[in-house]
Amino acid sequence: MDPSLLRELVPAVIGVLVRRGADFASAEDAVQEALIRALEAWPDEPPRDPKAWLVTVAWRKFVDATRAEASRRGRELAVEIEPPAGPAPDSDDTLRLYFLCAHPSLAPASAVALTLRAVGGLTTRQIAAAYLVPEATMAQRISRAKRRIAGLPLDQPGDLGTVLRVLYLVFNEGYSGDLDLAAEAIRLTRELVTLTERSAGGASHPEVAGLLALMLLHQARRASRTGPGGRLVPLAEQDRSRWDTGLITEGVEILQTALALDRLGEYQAQAAIAALHADAPTAAETDWVQIVEWYDELLRITASPVVRLNRAVAVGEADGPGAGLAALAEVEPDVPRYAAVEAYLRERAGDLERAAALYVEASHAATSVPERDHLTRQAARVRHLVRS
Amino acid sequence: MKYLLLKHYRGGPKPAVEFAPMDQWTPEEVDAHIQYMHDFAARLEGTGEFVDGQALTPEGAFVRYDGEGRPPVTDGPFAETKDLIAGWMIIDVESWDRAVELAGELSAAPGPGGDPIYEWLEVRPFLAPPPAFSE
Repeated sequence: MDPSLLRELVPAVIGVLVRRGADFASAEDAVQEALIRALEAWPDEPPRDPKAWLVTVAWRKFVDATRAEASRRGRELAVEIEPPAGPAPDSDDTLRLYFLCAHPSLAPASAVALTLRAVGGLTTRQIAAAYLVPEATMAQRISRAKRRIAGLPLDQPGDLGTVLRVLYLVFNEGYSGDLDLAAEAIRLTRELVTLTERSAGGASHPEVAGLLALMLLHQARRASRTGPGGRLVPLAEQDRSRWDTGLITEGVEILQTALALDRLGEYQAQAAIAALHADAPTAAETDWVQIVEWYDELLRITASPVVRLNRAVAVGEADGPGAGLAALAEVEPDVPRYAAVEAYLRERAGDLERAAALYVEASHAATSVPERDHLTRQAARVRHLVRS
Repeated sequence: MKYLLLKHYRGGPKPAVEFAPMDQWTPEEVDAHIQYMHDFAARLEGTGEFVDGQALTPEGAFVRYDGEGRPPVTDGPFAETKDLIAGWMIIDVESWDRAVELAGELSAAPGPGGDPIYEWLEVRPFLAPPPAFSE
């Protein structure tokens, strides 16, 4: 059986256990144990009904754990081995799991871990490997997160904004080890689109759709973003024939439907910018004027210094490096990548000496190895131009 | 046996060969250097000797406790004259000799003109966990 199909069952199985009276934390633990059991047993003995198998095994694990806990405390506790069937969980149960796991009281790293486990159906070991921490550390992070949200009611609408933020963070982590977190984030966001639509009687939520469109449009460019030896290839130099046109078409369609609802938000605006890049057959044909307009929209929504910085790049492309530098003057210089943007604009303005020095400064402030290497290479390239 | 190969931005013995900082190389020389480091790590994964590698930014500070109820004291950014770690690689190899051999290869990464940079690397044995057979 395909492990991703197995993963899709996890939130529903947690929902069944919670409906039967288990608390979220114990239900989630029991389902995790059942999941690990399934990964061992199913290759040799595939079950006829995978979901029923998981429910049975998870419920037994839950009963065992509850009994062990009760006897440890010296108390009698009646737990039915075979519980009443009860109503079948509906899609709102899964939606509530999204809200619970991304609860605003959780730190982002904890919300990410809990979401990947309880909603994404990944094992603690897989999540630990993807985030390069020991399995025991990740297990602790998850159980602390569960303690923090223990006692929160499962039946209240949650904060959709934090759910989207968590999925955005998962996507941003990209491909790590054996696990494709970007693909996992897309899967979970697709599911969230369906769940929010069902919950709202068919109406789609524009920002959920906007985030999905944004992810698809970025995923479409993924293969062209890295060159030999893992080197970073900037947008203008990417081989556009390697962009995934299927993902672009889907992303643009989802975005257009969302924009038609006329409730603009930051993810739709970011997706619109990504769509304009995807639309350009060559870098030179990019519609930078429209991109600047979208950055202006985005600034009205978020007023984020990072958006202001990216806007300066777009202004530089639309109206020339002088205008870009003027736009940059309105940005606080302590924003990450400020030096890299200034270096780029100075180079285009013909100030090569200053550009080279700024690329060196930017490479020292880089937050990833590919980015650092890219900026060092840019510094070397500009210095080379100065010499020759 | 595990060893730490420490790479320094500055500090250590006097450089065997003085070479310009990387941003003054040609882009091709930069690429060749980065590729060499990549290939080295990939090869050690292939031989089962690679454990971990990590690069560090030159930013940061020294930090210490400053008494009950007081915020920690920081000393930074790092002075230009001080030793500064750039990153590390952890290897798990048969012997000290093998660790030295590998450090020597890593230090031969190409620089300007494709010549080795003869960079000093610090090689440090790990203290192992206590053995189960105690006598």
